[in-house]
Amino acid sequence: MKRKPFLGAVSVFAMASALVACSSGDDASSGGGGGGASGCTNSIPKEDLPVVSMWAWYPNMDKAIDNFNEQNDEVQVCWTNVGEGGDEYDKFQTAISSGTGAPDVIMLEADRISTYQIQDALVDISDYGYDEVADNYGEGAWKDVSIGDAIYGVPVDGGPMGMIYRTDIFEQYDITPPTTWAEYEQAAQKVKDAGGPLFGDLGANVPALIMALQIQKGATPFEYDPTQPETIGINLNDQASKDVLDYWAGLVDQGLVGTQDHFTPEYISGVIKGDYATYISAAWTPGYLTGSGVGEGKDAGKFAVAPLPQWDPSSPVQVNWGGSAFSVTSQADDPELAAKVAYGVYADEETLTDGWTNQIIFPLNLNALHDPEFVNLHSEFFGGQQANKEVYVPAANAYEGFTYSPFQEYYYDAMTKQLAAINEGSISGSEAADRLQDDVVGYAEEQGFTVQ
Amino acid sequence: MTLQMAERTQRTRPKTRKAGKVSRREQATGWLFLAPFALTFLAFLVAPLLYALYLSLFQKQLIGGTSFVFLDNYSKAFTDPTFLDGAWFVVRFSAVSIPIQMLVALGMALILDTVTSAFSRFSRLMIFLPYAIPTVIGALMWGFLYSKSFGPLNDVFGASAPDFLSSQLIFYGLLNIVTWQWTGYYMIILFAALQGIDPTLYEAARIDGASAWQIALRIKIPLITPALLLILVFALIGTLQFFNEPEILRELAAGAISPDYTPNMYAYHQALGLANFNYGAAISFALGGVVFVCVYVFMFLTRKRGSFF
Repeated sequence: MKRKPFLGAVSVFAMASALVACSSGDDASSGGGGGGASGCTNSIPKEDLPVVSMWAWYPNMDKAIDNFNEQNDEVQVCWTNVGEGGDEYDKFQTAISSGTGAPDVIMLEADRISTYQIQDALVDISDYGYDEVADNYGEGAWKDVSIGDAIYGVPVDGGPMGMIYRTDIFEQYDITPPTTWAEYEQAAQKVKDAGGPLFGDLGANVPALIMALQIQKGATPFEYDPTQPETIGINLNDQASKDVLDYWAGLVDQGLVGTQDHFTPEYISGVIKGDYATYISAAWTPGYLTGSGVGEGKDAGKFAVAPLPQWDPSSPVQVNWGGSAFSVTSQADDPELAAKVAYGVYADEETLTDGWTNQIIFPLNLNALHDPEFVNLHSEFFGGQQANKEVYVPAANAYEGFTYSPFQEYYYDAMTKQLAAINEGSISGSEAADRLQDDVVGYAEEQGFTVQ
Repeated sequence: MTLQMAERTQRTRPKTRKAGKVSRREQATGWLFLAPFALTFLAFLVAPLLYALYLSLFQKQLIGGTSFVFLDNYSKAFTDPTFLDGAWFVVRFSAVSIPIQMLVALGMALILDTVTSAFSRFSRLMIFLPYAIPTVIGALMWGFLYSKSFGPLNDVFGASAPDFLSSQLIFYGLLNIVTWQWTGYYMIILFAALQGIDPTLYEAARIDGASAWQIALRIKIPLITPALLLILVFALIGTLQFFNEPEILRELAAGAISPDYTPNMYAYHQALGLANFNYGAAISFALGGVVFVCVYVFMFLTRKRGSFF
């Protein structure tokens, strides 16, 4: 306890110097920022071509890079995996602050793009070949990586949402998949009354999921116009946001859903044991769950997926949770070359097919999304159900995109605190929304924004 | 006689030289021997500290960029409820955890000092063992032991098992981990101090009719007071900088442990999560101030009894 902060500081220092060491020296030959040719995880087949450095963490990234390098005669990619999500963002943030050490191309989740764009860390790639690939992705996918008319990333995978459920529990308690949130609550009550397991779970550590559910009800958490970067609209306590939080707070209060953090061994073991009848989640979940050992052995094929319950079935709204893009950083020496990499990597058929057959990604590239083989795939995890055709592809097609704030991390942390308070039973959903609004508005003002 | 005189002068000559001027060569040699430490000390402790201090005098906003604000970050920190909550938490945590650790460590050290057998040597090692386990591993291990679905608590208590990762009980969950990890270390320090006591004192006490209990209370404990004060200061500084255990358990209990749970976590999160190195640096120094005040107050209160400092 007492030594580690110091050790931590030392190791951060060592890491930073390692990064700096990597970035100097190879610039002249490669135009790379972080990780020089010597630091690549992959080997570069065409050594006389210019090299672009890249950070990404897809599990099959090695294949994606090899495929790209083999097929490309203009540029080669030097790829490193510096960690998933937060680990990579911390390193990227350090590189931005120090002005050196960032790669040329970086994998970012769509909700982080605003955060880095406002620090001038990303390059608008709309002039570097956007027109050629514009038709390859849907409107919602482009909106998630755009700020105004500027494009700050190339969409790769998405997270159209659905309701995963356990067929054995649904059969045992004689319920059909709820199509509205009202039915969801009724079904939960029915299972509880019959002495069944919890119906779902409100994890305090998945604010992005709750945000998506609020947007589904019609909330617009943030309004941000990049032509006026100093003003931002923050509406975290409008009626729709409050309704959704009150709804979930109610489910918690009645003991219909659990309060376990997601992505913990505790939660996963609960999913395996059948403690939760449903799992509101995104299209990447089957891959994640399979990797965690869910749905194996005697549990095989016990899961199925249905479309996300709606508030108003006459005008359904589809939302998204997660998904990533490739962005060009402003530390790239040759942004145009880097943009070629961002557009090209993980966009070839072979890699995409490898990605979706192994359930690593839900592709946003329309060539894959409209590929009959992909659409008609009988998912093993869902016991042969055509999950893509029935749920995820329609959801992805109907998704209209979100607007994220430039301080998304702060917002998520603040929401996690309020969700934890809801789970503790100390505040109502509406109170949580009001507090969240005050908290985030306070932060935005402190950061120099004019809040509308 | 003359021989003696000569011997004496010979002996005294180097003495006078030492007391007076040291030759330049000797001085240089001294610095040379000091250099490895001095350079490391300057490069890895003094320089980063000065840089952090420099950073803490600026403010960085997403809109408006960086500006010099002098001590504004500090006045902000000491009115920032998040920082104050965190500081209050570590002070409370210290107030509960340090007495527990010290009492347990003292008790075990006294027992092991009295009982001398192969078993006592084995127990000494076992009690010390948790300290040899890296904090991160220790915290992860306890995280799994606390698990309601596959931890042992479930087997013992069934459905009503206490959830040490919930926001109500996380304080005790952390308390247990810290006590487990550090008590053995403190015990070894106290045990070493006890071993250093001249055994003739015990003999004298026994002849005067003192019982084993009296020897422990009246002789052993007073004689190891300096060591007790030393570990108290260690524990105080360490606990006020609480970081590893809550940061690791956050992976398992994000709802119960916010990223600003302790001041050190708050500083880390401000700097690396929110890219606010300036405020992070200011919080670190503010925490340094809190630690300094706590330790100073403590040492002031114990100044007469504690000869160690």
